[in-house]
Amino acid sequence: MIAELGHYALMLALGLSLIQSVMPIIGTRNNDVVLMSMAVPTALAQFAFVAMAFLALATCYVTSDFSVLNVYENSNSTMPLLYRFTSVWGNHEGSMMLWVSILTLFGALVAALGTNLPAKLKANALAVQAWIAAAFELFILITSNPFVRIANAPFQGRDLNPVLQDPGLAFHPPMLYLGYVGFSIVFSFAIAALLEGRIDAAWARFTRPWVLGAWMCLTLGIAGGSYWAYYELGWGGFWFWDPVENASLMPWLAGTALLHSAVVMEKRGALKVWTILLAIIAFSLSLIGTFLVRSGVLTSVHAFANDPRRGIFILAILICFIGGALALYAWRAPLLKQGGLFAPISREGALVFNNLFLTSACATVFVGTLYPLALEALTGDKISVGPPFFNLTFGPLFLPLLIAMPFGPLLGWKRGDLLAAAQRLLAATILAALAIAASFALQRNGPVLAPFGVGVAVFIMAGALVDLAERTMFLRIPPAAMLRRAIGLPRSAWGGAFAHFGIGVTLMGIVAVTAWGSERIAALKPGDNIDIAHFRLTFDGTFARPGPNYSDLVGHFTVRRTGGELLGAMEPSRRTFPARNMATTEAALMSRRLNQIYLSLGDPNPDGSVPVRLYFKPQVLMIWLGAVIMFIGGALSLSDRRLRVGAPRPAKVAALRVAAE
Amino acid sequence: MTRKQRRLSLIGGGIAVLAVAVALMLNAFRDNIVFFNSPSDVAEKHIVPGTRIRLGGLVKTGSLVRGDHMSVHFEVTDGSHETKVAYQGVLPDLFREGQGVVAEGAFDSAGLFKADTILAKHDETYMPKEVADALKKSGHWKDEYGRRAAMPVGGPNK
Repeated sequence: MIAELGHYALMLALGLSLIQSVMPIIGTRNNDVVLMSMAVPTALAQFAFVAMAFLALATCYVTSDFSVLNVYENSNSTMPLLYRFTSVWGNHEGSMMLWVSILTLFGALVAALGTNLPAKLKANALAVQAWIAAAFELFILITSNPFVRIANAPFQGRDLNPVLQDPGLAFHPPMLYLGYVGFSIVFSFAIAALLEGRIDAAWARFTRPWVLGAWMCLTLGIAGGSYWAYYELGWGGFWFWDPVENASLMPWLAGTALLHSAVVMEKRGALKVWTILLAIIAFSLSLIGTFLVRSGVLTSVHAFANDPRRGIFILAILICFIGGALALYAWRAPLLKQGGLFAPISREGALVFNNLFLTSACATVFVGTLYPLALEALTGDKISVGPPFFNLTFGPLFLPLLIAMPFGPLLGWKRGDLLAAAQRLLAATILAALAIAASFALQRNGPVLAPFGVGVAVFIMAGALVDLAERTMFLRIPPAAMLRRAIGLPRSAWGGAFAHFGIGVTLMGIVAVTAWGSERIAALKPGDNIDIAHFRLTFDGTFARPGPNYSDLVGHFTVRRTGGELLGAMEPSRRTFPARNMATTEAALMSRRLNQIYLSLGDPNPDGSVPVRLYFKPQVLMIWLGAVIMFIGGALSLSDRRLRVGAPRPAKVAALRVAAE
Repeated sequence: MTRKQRRLSLIGGGIAVLAVAVALMLNAFRDNIVFFNSPSDVAEKHIVPGTRIRLGGLVKTGSLVRGDHMSVHFEVTDGSHETKVAYQGVLPDLFREGQGVVAEGAFDSAGLFKADTILAKHDETYMPKEVADALKKSGHWKDEYGRRAAMPVGGPNK
């Protein structure tokens, strides 16, 4: 009954989305206020019905209703409640439900919160949002219906893929989707602006909170996925340049570029045409990511099912939306008026520099990810493009961006002074030089480039601090006045500095792990010792430990400093899931400040020894800590009163700006 | 500078950066592409020792031999041909005889494939796409490879 309700609610949502797709646009053409205003209630109701469908599916999962095929195939009544719930999106059908739920949630948020949006822009944007929603609702109903029943309900389900039975599943996909789908709003606003043929700085102000929100979620979603892969897959890598990872990185790069170009558009009215294009590209890359992951052209942990009809359907959605959007862009963009002038060396110039390099880096990832698919389609040759390709292309394009990053915020609008900015960065440069010298002195046999990597990371972090120090006139005015300036500083300034600082932190972690991490692989018998970095691990033996729907073969290791000081125990395990006759590796992690000792077990050998992989990962936690700092930066920026979703009246803005200066 | 000059300099800068990106990509494509081969491909074309390739197929039943220092030897088959593989390290969770595998590495001068990476499978029904295609090509594909065991009775067409 509940499954049928969900199915029915989804069909009603499709009906509503079709109304929402058409009526508001007719309204804007004929200046019919009533038709335009239909967008709001339909958007809200559409979300309500999609949410109902999602909850119906979740109910089937939580109550283990195995008469529903999707539940039978991906759940098991012995799983803990958390996994019974998260397995809703641990499969193709359910994850598309989550996608659509978030899509309609964003539509409803625009409808509910955008009270100060111009009526036409809002009506058009909500209509475009409904086109996307309708396409995906149709996709679910036709090719991926999660509510299909089985005639004779089995007693037990087939269980969720054990790799996915992890708290990471509760966090990573929803965050990632909030990011992916968040760009849909920006896309809708861009298409709405093109439909209307009008765009101004206010457009950037309306859309920037959405860009920022999507970017924040995407940042955290990617970082969460990276940490999950790091501890779950058992070989301690944090980024594999896997096509699925690239699929999430591309919208992030485009979104980061968009975030910066929207600033120029909002402050100076320039780069309008480019910003619109970026908005289209960011969401197009999200769609391509969905296609790559969901169509079965790739095989990975994320590709749940390989039904060719789905691939073709998503490809059709892709072509319609991306092709349509770009065609509309080519047709209407020349109508948009050009904005303010600026010199090459200026804040705007720096942001253009940022955009150029970010989009070029994004393009290399795009080519590296899609080239193997294109080649196979054209010649039948199967190739893989691995990390060396990306290190040689993405790396050199990202480096100038990283070095230029601290300069940007120190340059003035319209016309900047590069020399003055360089002088202000003197302290940061000295710190970076010291860091390079210290790394060279400390490193015994690491790569020559590593200390320079550390130098760049320190330069970025110190540069972000210099930016804040300059704005608060640190040490140049009495502390009380400084504090007042710090409080008066726009939150977006704090946010920008935080986000840049976060990039430095992440870079530092990546450099340290890559250059100075160490690895040991050995087969151990109880009583054996194994040394890594300045630690000694003693293998005490294995024991069995039962779990709710699995059994663990746990290895117990005692960790000591090489000197002898006891640090604790580590218990990696081999986890066997009888429902699928599958085993996973549960790595054990021991954090020492930001370093980690990483230990995972292999299948026991016939002679009783157990193979282990042991890693020392110096500063590894900085990689994800940096992403969290970026997220906090985004949140600070989002809380800026000028950017609040229910943005203030213009007069009040002006008053606040004066106060802030 | 006039507006036009500024715009031209912007476009010029953009083209310059893109040109650099293209040059980097072409350069990286030259040496960093790894081709996928099945044992039949290996038998057909002569692969120069030292060239990195991906070798995919099924782990031949009964061929797995574990040696000292975590070294393993096994054979990869696509039904028509076999290739001997040597690997040292921890095998992925789902490495089993009779199941699909993708190994990355190079042949040594004696014709032994030395793998440095054995790609992990993620689930018991998962067959690497390249392996599935190679098996289909050699005519040794069996339908149950790709399907989950024991579909429910009366299950709808999916």
